[in-house]
Amino acid sequence: MPTVAPLDLQGHCIAAVFLGDVPHFALADGAIHRLDHGHKTVQANDGLLAAFHDAANDRLITGGEDGKIFSTTAGGNAAELASAGKKWITSVAAGPQGAVAYASGKIAFVRFADGKTTEFAHPRSVEGLAFSPKGMRFGVARYNGATLHFPAADGKPVELEWAGAHTGITFSPDGAFLVTTMQENALHGWKLAGGKHMRMSGYPGKVKSLSWSAKGKWLASSGAPAAIVWPFSGKDGPMGKAPLELGTRGNAMVTSVACHPSQDVVAVGYDDGMVMAVRFADAKEVLLRRPGKGAITSMMWDKEERRVAFGSAAGDCGVIDISA
Amino acid sequence: MSDAQTMQIPVTVLTGYLGAGKTTLLNRILSENHGKRYAVIVNEFGEIGIDNELIVESDEEIYEMNNGCVCCTVRGDLIRVVEGLMRRPGRFDAIVVETTGLADPVPVAQTFFMDDDVRSKTRLDAVVTLVDAKHLPLRLKDSREAEDQIAFADVVVLNKTDLVTPEELSKVEATIRAINPAARIHRTTRAGVALSEVLDRGAFDLSRALENDPHFLEAHDDHDHHEHDHHDHDGHHDHDGHDHHHHAHPSDIHDVTVQSVSLRGGEMDPKKFFPWIEKITQMEGPNILRLKGIIALKGDDERYVIQGVHMIIEGDHQRAWKDGEKHESRLVFIGRELDADRLKKSFDACQAA
Repeated sequence: MPTVAPLDLQGHCIAAVFLGDVPHFALADGAIHRLDHGHKTVQANDGLLAAFHDAANDRLITGGEDGKIFSTTAGGNAAELASAGKKWITSVAAGPQGAVAYASGKIAFVRFADGKTTEFAHPRSVEGLAFSPKGMRFGVARYNGATLHFPAADGKPVELEWAGAHTGITFSPDGAFLVTTMQENALHGWKLAGGKHMRMSGYPGKVKSLSWSAKGKWLASSGAPAAIVWPFSGKDGPMGKAPLELGTRGNAMVTSVACHPSQDVVAVGYDDGMVMAVRFADAKEVLLRRPGKGAITSMMWDKEERRVAFGSAAGDCGVIDISA
Repeated sequence: MSDAQTMQIPVTVLTGYLGAGKTTLLNRILSENHGKRYAVIVNEFGEIGIDNELIVESDEEIYEMNNGCVCCTVRGDLIRVVEGLMRRPGRFDAIVVETTGLADPVPVAQTFFMDDDVRSKTRLDAVVTLVDAKHLPLRLKDSREAEDQIAFADVVVLNKTDLVTPEELSKVEATIRAINPAARIHRTTRAGVALSEVLDRGAFDLSRALENDPHFLEAHDDHDHHEHDHHDHDGHHDHDGHDHHHHAHPSDIHDVTVQSVSLRGGEMDPKKFFPWIEKITQMEGPNILRLKGIIALKGDDERYVIQGVHMIIEGDHQRAWKDGEKHESRLVFIGRELDADRLKKSFDACQAA
């Protein structure tokens, strides 16, 4: 039976992550809480809006209302990495070689590990940011499509067009596909070799959470009463194939998904605070946490594949231990 | 969701051309002692001279959907900022959105109906448009936005009245009334309108909409909406137009492309009225900027109120008809290329036998 170690906080949890083996919970007020031999807190941004777990460097990158970028590492070391003026930082991402990207209004910034920063101006707001897993390349989700930049070289950006507002962005782990979330209830994808389009629609709600499964074979998504899991193992991705619908509930919406690090299993969080683990092969469900006070906003598995940290919109966070 | 999160925060939208007095009004909202805390979303920090930590700068960002439908157009920046603000709801009691002078008010309003996240946490309270009495005629000549902002308003603050003659003022007010017969108009200098007349109006709240406007679409003349210039700092406004009984004829006013169609009738047959209003808004949606109405339904002891923006329409029972109150239906469409005759005929055909 899974057991839950709760951590009841005040406020909206933006990100629940493991740094080292310590669960951390970044709240909208900029406080980053951790369960490290007791409940401890460190203050990052004055108002935290966006967070990205930088797995390669085992740190949490955050951006906020204060126009600043913070890096927080295990043990509660929060340090300011950069500042971009008075405007909100609306998106952050981490990439290869310690690079960090962040967005403020229409400008995307890339800060390299040595502190050198490059700006990329766009005609419209930068909505989402993601680095490609390979090479120094990053993507910007924007109105009417996505833009790919090559910050280490002076190459021309690649524009990928698709009408509508694109709000979030992710590369497949092999770098072959780019997928965006949209203002309307849909995902859009591009096969980067050739630019072939992939429409993934039919969601009853907006998609806010995406997670690639082990080796990038599947892409799990929120925005429906089930986790919608698209197959990406074929050369054309999910085109012409139906997605899996896992953990379907009649009276709740999926708000957060987190794929298991090595197995074809996804942790599914719902708007009532429930968390389930569901296996792809047979859709078998295991209840991990009963409904709580608020919608699940963020989840992450630890490296030992034994625990899931989760955060909620109402602050009732915690850690699920599935081995107990 | 917890109770604190299901509470909807009211949002007031301030529009108006450059120089009409938006910043003056905003500074008053932020500085006057009314016991409420406001989060303010502005396009540029500009001249807001108040030390308020919750002023958020955002680039106006109009997003059309993939389907290209004008009625689904929203403001992406507002979705983002409202979502961010609402993650820490304890900091403010209400939100004010100040648009740029050239902003189209429709996507701003539609954001609060079309986006599920925004809609679940906030409610549009009113669209307040500031108008510069001196420069409105010129503005109407060179921009469609100035007209749209008036057409879309729940409240019009007719500002800088000290810069025009009484005759000019009457003319400007008649023009505003021709564009939008449903809005309340306040004549001011230095945006000196009582804040209670612009904040917490509930103009988009069906239980309150039109309740505040007992004279909504009253027939006798076009000049019954003066709110008597209270809180006028100068105190020497000797003119409020009550003597003028001429009716505004949109066709006589140059540079006005928006028209309004005011319909009045008796009790409506619900079996005819609802399919009709659905069909009209589906077909004419892109041409309809706003619609508002109080409907008397046959066999119903409650007033039914409806309002709409383009194709988005909502309606609900508001309150019981009072004793002696005339069971009358009143409906106004504000838009472009409206076929008044056809609207009137088809509306009349919905009347109960």
